[in-house]
Amino acid sequence: MDFFRFERDIPFTRWGKFSMTFSLIISILAIYSLTTKGLNLAVDFTGGTVMEISYQQPANLDKTRKILAGIGMSDAIVQNFGTSRDVMIRLPVKLEHAGGNLSETVMTALKVDDPSVEMKRVEFVGPQVGDELLENGLLAMLFVSMGIVAYLAVRFEWKFGVACIVANLHDVLTILGCFSFFQWEFDLTVLAAVLAILGYSVNESVVISDRIRENFRKLRKATVTRIIDNAITETMSRTIITHGSTQMVVISMFLFGGEALHNFALALTIGILFGIYSSIMIASPILLLLGAKREDLVKPERKPQEEALP
Amino acid sequence: MNRYPLWKYIVIAVSILLGLLYTLPNFFGESPAVQISPLRAGIQTDMALLQRAEQVLKQHGLPYNGTILESTGIKIRFSDTDTQIKARDILDAEVGSDYIVALNLLPNSPQWMRHIGALPMYLGLDLRGGVHFMLQVDMAGALTKALDRYNADLRSTLREQRIPSAGIDRDRSRIIIKFRDEQAREKAISELGKTFEDLAFRSEDVNGERRLVASIKPEALIRMQNTAVQRNITTLRNRVNELGVAEPIIQQAGADRVIVQLPGVQDTAKAKDILGRTATLEVRMVDEDGDIDAALRGSVPSGTELLSERGGGHLLVKKQVLLTGDRITDAQPGFDQDRQAAVHVTLDNNGSRIFKQLTRNNVGKRMAILLVEKNVTEVVTAPVIREEIGGGRVQISGQMNSIEARDVALLLRAGALAAPMEIIEERTVGPSLGAENIERGFNSTLYGFLIVSVFIMIYYSAIGVISVVALATNLLFLIGLLSILQATLTLPGMAGMALTVGMAIDANVLINERIRDELRHGATPQAAIHAGYERAWDAIIDTNLTTLLAGLGLMMFGSGPIKGFAVVLCLGILTTLFSAVTVSRAMVNLFYGNRKLTHVPIGAIKILKKSSSKR
Repeated sequence: MDFFRFERDIPFTRWGKFSMTFSLIISILAIYSLTTKGLNLAVDFTGGTVMEISYQQPANLDKTRKILAGIGMSDAIVQNFGTSRDVMIRLPVKLEHAGGNLSETVMTALKVDDPSVEMKRVEFVGPQVGDELLENGLLAMLFVSMGIVAYLAVRFEWKFGVACIVANLHDVLTILGCFSFFQWEFDLTVLAAVLAILGYSVNESVVISDRIRENFRKLRKATVTRIIDNAITETMSRTIITHGSTQMVVISMFLFGGEALHNFALALTIGILFGIYSSIMIASPILLLLGAKREDLVKPERKPQEEALP
Repeated sequence: MNRYPLWKYIVIAVSILLGLLYTLPNFFGESPAVQISPLRAGIQTDMALLQRAEQVLKQHGLPYNGTILESTGIKIRFSDTDTQIKARDILDAEVGSDYIVALNLLPNSPQWMRHIGALPMYLGLDLRGGVHFMLQVDMAGALTKALDRYNADLRSTLREQRIPSAGIDRDRSRIIIKFRDEQAREKAISELGKTFEDLAFRSEDVNGERRLVASIKPEALIRMQNTAVQRNITTLRNRVNELGVAEPIIQQAGADRVIVQLPGVQDTAKAKDILGRTATLEVRMVDEDGDIDAALRGSVPSGTELLSERGGGHLLVKKQVLLTGDRITDAQPGFDQDRQAAVHVTLDNNGSRIFKQLTRNNVGKRMAILLVEKNVTEVVTAPVIREEIGGGRVQISGQMNSIEARDVALLLRAGALAAPMEIIEERTVGPSLGAENIERGFNSTLYGFLIVSVFIMIYYSAIGVISVVALATNLLFLIGLLSILQATLTLPGMAGMALTVGMAIDANVLINERIRDELRHGATPQAAIHAGYERAWDAIIDTNLTTLLAGLGLMMFGSGPIKGFAVVLCLGILTTLFSAVTVSRAMVNLFYGNRKLTHVPIGAIKILKKSSSKR
């Protein structure tokens, strides 16, 4: 079996104008959504309490709301979660319930009505912790981005590092934009997915850059455009199979991983799809734009491609 | 040329065997158990205790599946959680006064495996159920408390040294002493400077008022904060012991935070109650002139309080607090001159001075040592003062046996939190959800692995099978490594495992595509395999190192569950480098390296016209 082999190099770089325009639009939309709608931040970041409770029979949400309103928590968000018997309650930070005894108050009130109600999960995050987690997340993103640029600059050349990180941040922006536009809940696991994508998407750019370097040595007469096109076309098969494999696992996570991994898998899916697109359609035009040339990678004093075969 | 030296095969074989050995305990499962461990050092867990426990269980008709006697405690295995919980309650009632009786899970793996350290992976709270708290020590509160204490000490020192002052006040972070004349201030500076090494004194003149400003020195402040956190951790540890938790984790996180993890605890209300206790110790005088019977009827003399005594009875105690528990540096159980059980308490400098003064003034009278807990005050002991006690060593004896003496010592040592604490994060996971999460994580990995395997085997035929076997050994190494390191596995960690499967195959795809490329360009089968592995190496290293970078970023800045994901991701990258390259190469070499190949069994390849003209 051998799919994704093409007779002629695909002129990816020629499509650069369109892809750049498309990505610019996507990025602007993402930024617009992020500034107007913002992210639907989970309790991890905002502080507050989330409770998952489980009834023996299908839950009556209105009744649960009434009980909560009865103990002064009319601002609680009550919704089904997974099955009709499972209920999720979200409560904002309450000053009068410092020290996290809020969940007990709620459980006591609910148990009066139905003793069979079972608490499955409680998450309480104080406001001071939430801010810190967000701050740390951004710091991590900065650290990883700088690390990647530095690594690629040493390994290849700064232009490759820049092209790659622009493509990557475009992926991150797209994920954030999607989560903002659809108001999917953005929690710690999604943040982890975003950072994993930041590291994972680089793979694509690395493999292509590797091929570009090789082509510069091998195809001495070819233009830069042709070399980039050829590199992308040659690695196409690997790109699709690898990402396809990763995506299969992510789909498996999406299907079997339950609610907790739902948004994690979602973020990875967007990241993988846009990761392929951006490293092909964004990184290469930027490389051309920055004026990558043979001398950047093939240093004159270096030996020509050494033959690995004895 | 596609041959490995023998030692490489041996290294690979040994690592696979080790991987298998350390992965194996994870498949035996765990059975519910009750763990009995001593509450205090010095109590033995011996055959007698074991026999007693067995007898108790037999009496109540509770079947058990075996017992383990270790120096640290006794573990009794049960077949189901219902019996386990019943047994815990009964055993707690029978032996609970001296021992912690806790629910636990015991791995079912054979004894010899445990001896070589082959344990199942250490599951995080989201997988096994339990409570996670993060508490923040209120440093501002600790500072206020310390300043209050200094305030009182400065006042009494000035009085002792007969230095006249026009008032002492405390504001938010300093103490201001006013003086009427310069001479008094000079004297105060020299005298107080000698006694209070941790304070910095500064003269200040405001509106013609002569002031002396005392503030805690920065280094003393840092020391104070560290001690406050350390003392709180000790206190928490002692309190958690009361809860009966099998493997509690109590550790400092950052400068002023403490993490408490209680696996298996469901009763969060009780856990919070015990953790949040603010017990303090006070020394006051007993009002011996007061009419206790009248007080019991409701007419308590002014300035006194009617308090209950430990072990029954009531006492009238004066409201004025003479000494608080902050002054205690140590408390140990022991015996007095008459071979009676006693508690030896060591006080700090100021505490000794205050105590000396108070005992000198009150020889022959009774003082009361009180424990204040959640606004309930109890008299621990109310001994008669026989003589002036100096040197800061106080002996508390009375109607106590040696066990009570130990308890009192423990309470005095760790009864009070050095600074108030607040719960700023809580994560509670019920046991049913924990089990569900394990299943979810397992299924994600399993089905992900299966579908990738099927696809790769179809796409790359025999070489694909080798890639899949390499992927399987990768998973084996990863689980083995996690088991050996006993790193905490969380649900995001399991997601990381699944993701490793998806990403690890990249290395093999890179290699296989390279081999195909070489074949397409007309290389001989053996040369193609060789060049494929050699040339893919650069890209494999680059891709994995950049992902590792992201993993390290997550590990540095991430917290809790995210850290679990990052650890698995990073370990996964290390195992990938080994298994995808070395293990798969070894298999290829073993099967194909030694013979003449007419083709490489890597699936049908499209040979393109263009490629031949290009080279």
